[in-house]
Amino acid sequence: MDLLSASAVNWSRAQFALTAGYHWLFVPLTIGLGLIMAIMETLYVKTGDEKWKFATKFWQKIFGINFAIGVATGIILEFQFGTNWSNYSWFVGDIFGAPLAIEGIFAFFMEATFISIMFFGWNRVSRKMHLASTWLVFVGASLSAFWILVANAWMQYPVGMEFNPESVRNEMNDFWAVAFSPVAYNKFLHTTFSCWAVGAAFATGVSGWYLLKNRHTDFAIKSIKISAMVGLVAFVMLAVTGDGSAYHVAQKQPMKLAAMEGLYEGKEGAGLVAIGMLNPAKIVYNDEVDPYIFKLEIPKLLSLLGYRNINAFVPGIADIVDGGYTLQDGTTALPFEERQARGRKAIQALADYQTAKEKEGDAINAGNTTAAAEAAEAAAVHETVLRENYAHFGYGYLEKGEDLIPNVPLTFYSFHLMVMIGMYYILFFMIVLYFIYRKSMSTTRWLQYVALWSIPLAYLAGQLGWVVAEVGRQPWTIQDILPVQAAASSISAGNVKTTFILFAVLFTGLLIAEVTIMIKQIKKGPDTTTTDEA
Amino acid sequence: MSLLGGLLVFLLFVQGGQSMINSLSRKEDEKRLLVNALGRKWEFTFTTLVTFGGAFFASFPLFYSTSFGGAYWAWMILLFCFVLQAVSYEFQSKPGNIYGANVYRAFLFINGVLGTFILGVLVATFFTGSEFTVGKGNIAGLGTVGPVISQWQNPLHGLELFANLRNLCLGFAVLFLARTLASLFFVNRLSHEVLEKRSRKFVLFNGAPFVVFFLVFLIWTLLAEGYAVDPGTKDIYLEKMKYLHNFIEMPLVMILFLLGVVAVLYGIFLTVFSARFKNGIWFSGAGTVVTVTMLFLVAGYNNTAFYPSSVDLQSSLTLQNSSSSEFTLSAMAVVSLFVPVVVAYIFYAWRALEKKRLNLDDLNSDGHTY
Repeated sequence: MDLLSASAVNWSRAQFALTAGYHWLFVPLTIGLGLIMAIMETLYVKTGDEKWKFATKFWQKIFGINFAIGVATGIILEFQFGTNWSNYSWFVGDIFGAPLAIEGIFAFFMEATFISIMFFGWNRVSRKMHLASTWLVFVGASLSAFWILVANAWMQYPVGMEFNPESVRNEMNDFWAVAFSPVAYNKFLHTTFSCWAVGAAFATGVSGWYLLKNRHTDFAIKSIKISAMVGLVAFVMLAVTGDGSAYHVAQKQPMKLAAMEGLYEGKEGAGLVAIGMLNPAKIVYNDEVDPYIFKLEIPKLLSLLGYRNINAFVPGIADIVDGGYTLQDGTTALPFEERQARGRKAIQALADYQTAKEKEGDAINAGNTTAAAEAAEAAAVHETVLRENYAHFGYGYLEKGEDLIPNVPLTFYSFHLMVMIGMYYILFFMIVLYFIYRKSMSTTRWLQYVALWSIPLAYLAGQLGWVVAEVGRQPWTIQDILPVQAAASSISAGNVKTTFILFAVLFTGLLIAEVTIMIKQIKKGPDTTTTDEA
Repeated sequence: MSLLGGLLVFLLFVQGGQSMINSLSRKEDEKRLLVNALGRKWEFTFTTLVTFGGAFFASFPLFYSTSFGGAYWAWMILLFCFVLQAVSYEFQSKPGNIYGANVYRAFLFINGVLGTFILGVLVATFFTGSEFTVGKGNIAGLGTVGPVISQWQNPLHGLELFANLRNLCLGFAVLFLARTLASLFFVNRLSHEVLEKRSRKFVLFNGAPFVVFFLVFLIWTLLAEGYAVDPGTKDIYLEKMKYLHNFIEMPLVMILFLLGVVAVLYGIFLTVFSARFKNGIWFSGAGTVVTVTMLFLVAGYNNTAFYPSSVDLQSSLTLQNSSSSEFTLSAMAVVSLFVPVVVAYIFYAWRALEKKRLNLDDLNSDGHTY
């Protein structure tokens, strides 16, 4: 069968990655700062200390600048499922569309409504109502994250559905299985904590800058207190939920795990690479070249994380392509060729089913009941074949075993760098809290510098996390069911390339404006009635 | 869905207002007041558009895949306009915004004109049809076009829709309607004599072309051929004056539609002719919601193909062949039970913020200005 041109598919992927990447520069800060400013306003309402109010208002201003552009990139993402991934939209829209709609109704309206009270309501509603609004903005943003991550998790671990050969799509049969799949739940927590982490790192860094300049020191210390606590909680929880992610990935997407670790040959009691460098001479998955130039391993840890058993077998890339190892349920893994054959059988059965159904329709219209009954019987046989082989459906669109392998270096380095940054931050926030406790944060200049220059690392970690999740799952849009080659729209690469460039220019232009606006606002500092010492 | 579409068109008044920030005001502080009056509402239009998209995805995934992936350029330009809008309120008066306030106001203008116009054109295709085919067997390798189910047959990918005169009529109608509603909104919201007076004039200047374009589109559509579905065989065929028949066969829809139109006109007339009448936005706004909702019902109910294909009749999308499974639709129905709650808190928030009309002093005392 003719598949979509690789370049059109790749440009569509690039466009989605571009939009998602930009989106993820703005969203984490809004969710993270959302929490921090809500805590601050709570302190203001409780203590009546105006200084907390000034602090709240300052972070709200930064929040507002980010919010607008986050919304702008978000809407493009939503519509891109239709514009660039048209086949995907039909094939799984019955399941995938629902969380998006729910996100709109529950989360976005909540955010939009209470944001207007938060910004314009200081003199128009009561203090408590205003506080509630600020919290509801945070809740709305988190809910929106929840529903979109439900959608994303479902692509990685499709549950609660059944294929309907008549309508040629997957249909939802269990809403709660989709909404509360363990993968979704864990993904939501991991991602939300990463947002808190970015907000905390950002607020701590900016406050560090004020301390360096010896301006607004009281405000800065107040902000660091709150954000360092949020940050420490966030990064510890990131490690905890990261462990959950690794476990799920091992169970549901073993190829992603193998790519994250650069593991080509599987083994029992596999170790986790702490630091390593991949060997660029490794070209083909089964070429017997050592995949690492060097590596430092923590023994048995990968087996433990992935399977909760230090001696468990972790399949490598070669194992997954060639099959032959024992799966968790005791069966033997099938080689790619077998899965591909079954996938093609399923696709052919679907085609035969469609033809038989058409015959049945024609026969009924012609009043030929025997022919209609025969066709119906044939259709039922094809349907059985289809269902028996449906678990391999997507493999039928792939050409060769290598198609199953994502970009290993990209996934490997992204994963390890992300983990290192996470570890670094746990240490960083512990030190910051220690200095706050000793009341010497305002005089420890080296730590203020470190806080300021650490800000980009938090962003980087978030981006890397998404690279691991999304590059690591290639070639699948929906795990095992639909690869990217069969999911995109039927538009030429030229069209997508043009919109890609347009969006790249637009987003970059807006990002530059956004950053300079933020820098100006930060230089201006919080708006206080007390005299500004700078 | 139809109701959501109606609300969306009503909320386009924000866009309409954006398209006349410069023409309506002469002085900088007047401009600022207009920008801020609209700026406090922009998130609602935006959110409704996003929800409209999400709900369409959940309810009619085949429309999502066919129209968005097919009329690629029309949708992309529309989205582009909305990206420009989203940042413009927040950024325009902030120091360090690089491009200057006028550029951001130009963005608002572009969004105001193109955003409304393109949406109008796209809605018109629900009646005039587009050039696409749908083959669900494609994904299983049946046919010769590769695995993609929805195929757009015109290489212009949506740009060709702007060459259809009837589409353009509705495009202009929506543009002028949005501007009319915005003028009514200003009359209602602002306590600023000069701007109010000018806004009343603008109601007339924009209301008149709206009525003309809308009537041309309406009469043309009622008399034109429509895309009918045979309820027995599910075959799609062209029927003369199909949409007129739909109105006649669904009298309740017709009555509500007419009432909606009357309400819109009532709001316009009274605002133009009575210098003290400030509530035109409520009549015209509610009228718009009802009228557009009914228009969507006429496009899809009573055995009609709501997203017709002009090159292959049988590929046209009907409510039955393009909707989600019953399971998903019932899940969505449960979700919609919460809509009144949402509407209630939106209503509360608007009331809380708008007990008094907006004047220039508020911009300085409310703590957050655009």
